[in-house]
Amino acid sequence: MNTRQGAVPETAGLDDPSIAGTGGRVRAAGKISFMPMSRQGNETPKLALEDLCLSYKTTSGEPLVALDNIRLQVKPGEFLCIVGPSGCGKSTLLHLIAGLHQPTSGRVLVDGHPVQGPGTDRILIFQELGLFPWLTVKENVEFGMKMKGVAKATRREQVERYLRMVHLSQFKDSYTHQLSGGMRQRVALARALATEPDVLLMDEPFAALDAQTRDLLHDELERIWAETGRTIIFVTHNVREAVRLGGRVVVLTFRPGRVKREYVMDMPRPRHIEDSEVAGAAREILGALREEINKSLEEQYGHEAAV
Amino acid sequence: MKQLSKQIVFYSVLIALWVVLAKAKIWPPYIFPTPWGVWDSLRAGFADHSFWIAIAVSMRRMLLGYVLSVVLGMILGLALGSNKFLEQTLGGLLVSLQSLPSICWLPLAVLWFGLTEKAILFVVVMGSLLSVTIAMETGRQQMPKIYGMAGRNLGARGFPLFWYVLLPASLPYILSGLKQGWAFAWRSLISGEMIFVSLGLGQLLMMGRDLNDMSQVIAVMLLIIAIGYLVDGLVFRTMERRLQARWGLSPAT
Repeated sequence: MNTRQGAVPETAGLDDPSIAGTGGRVRAAGKISFMPMSRQGNETPKLALEDLCLSYKTTSGEPLVALDNIRLQVKPGEFLCIVGPSGCGKSTLLHLIAGLHQPTSGRVLVDGHPVQGPGTDRILIFQELGLFPWLTVKENVEFGMKMKGVAKATRREQVERYLRMVHLSQFKDSYTHQLSGGMRQRVALARALATEPDVLLMDEPFAALDAQTRDLLHDELERIWAETGRTIIFVTHNVREAVRLGGRVVVLTFRPGRVKREYVMDMPRPRHIEDSEVAGAAREILGALREEINKSLEEQYGHEAAV
Repeated sequence: MKQLSKQIVFYSVLIALWVVLAKAKIWPPYIFPTPWGVWDSLRAGFADHSFWIAIAVSMRRMLLGYVLSVVLGMILGLALGSNKFLEQTLGGLLVSLQSLPSICWLPLAVLWFGLTEKAILFVVVMGSLLSVTIAMETGRQQMPKIYGMAGRNLGARGFPLFWYVLLPASLPYILSGLKQGWAFAWRSLISGEMIFVSLGLGQLLMMGRDLNDMSQVIAVMLLIIAIGYLVDGLVFRTMERRLQARWGLSPAT
């Protein structure tokens, strides 16, 4: 099978790409439109993934293709969500964009320039956060600026600003183990924002939180996104979360990870995770995702596990 | 507090036993000293400043030697960690060298440096360098990889990455090695001073033997134990406690 074909949505012909994003269509399954992958904007995309492939040898020595021919373009200020079953290479994709790993082939472009390694223009919020336990909240937030050589007075101002933004000002002298899960998330967000990246990469940041905290953080993230105008790439396995937050949702296939389909979300903001429109759109995306989840379940538990 | 009262009872019984045996006069005092003889030796030693001088000389050598081996051990550990070839060759050699008691380096050190401070410093460094190096190496391996990635992600590389991220992240794992390095250095120093006579607590110990003054020998031994215990309790335990408080680790039992 031609891999390029796999990356093109089967339904690409159903919708006219020229009206995608105008918000004028009415569709039974909610305001969703399908957009072909190959749609080219005239402006330089903030981020472009060009035929990104990653394969490696497993411990048993067998080659494993983790990511296969990923092509994606992200506009400046876009909120892109990536969903896929566990093991589809979502996190790996973020690591490649962050420059922490090198792709086997293909490349990542930021503003048209190929990524060579880690850079503070792209900050990744890890799933495990990776907050430094030997530093206070304040020092954690300050860290990226310190590495960039930002002057001390400016650093202090910025720390204040971003801690206020995530409502953690009064915890600035605490150590991270003294905070709750949601508060730690906020520290990680403030630490990433304080480094002033153009692109914020978030790897299932809210997966381990309770529903109420997650709802709250969705609102805050949306507000901060609107306030700062950052480009966000948000990886999750929670489809509703993706629909709640994303301007566009990309579904990845299971092993090898390819772009299965893209959906443009043009419901008005702010959205709520319980909105019927959100639920409707999520149901539709979940349909596409289900096949991939079944594939991943088969891989893990054998055929009888698949629904 | 139950622990403390147990200890008080234990040491009281120990001293009482000592008093009884000394009073019984089974052995002459130059073979089995009395508690009050040891007490007098301690007081006299501090009164004529000979103990103070010995402590000062020994501690100076310790600090110099230990700081040197921590710095060298960090560099060596870093080199081993960043180079597979070195790790597989030099790493193995270092582990095998650890089975060599550091006092074995003394003849060599005396031939190289003569009867100087350098020779004794060399023995102290050889005593603790290996444990510090091996501690750095295991610390690097056991440290969660996420911290290094997060550091690079936030723009740290080269020396700042090591100094601000990798070193503090591995500190909980290397602290026990640093402590062991101190203990080894302390042992090496005392044995070095005992053989290579030039001031210090080790020499004081040998002087006691030469003068048949068993009370002084025991007094100096007590001093050596007390200093080792104090450093462990004041410096390393405090560091451990601070670290655990910061990191939110449960205190080690």
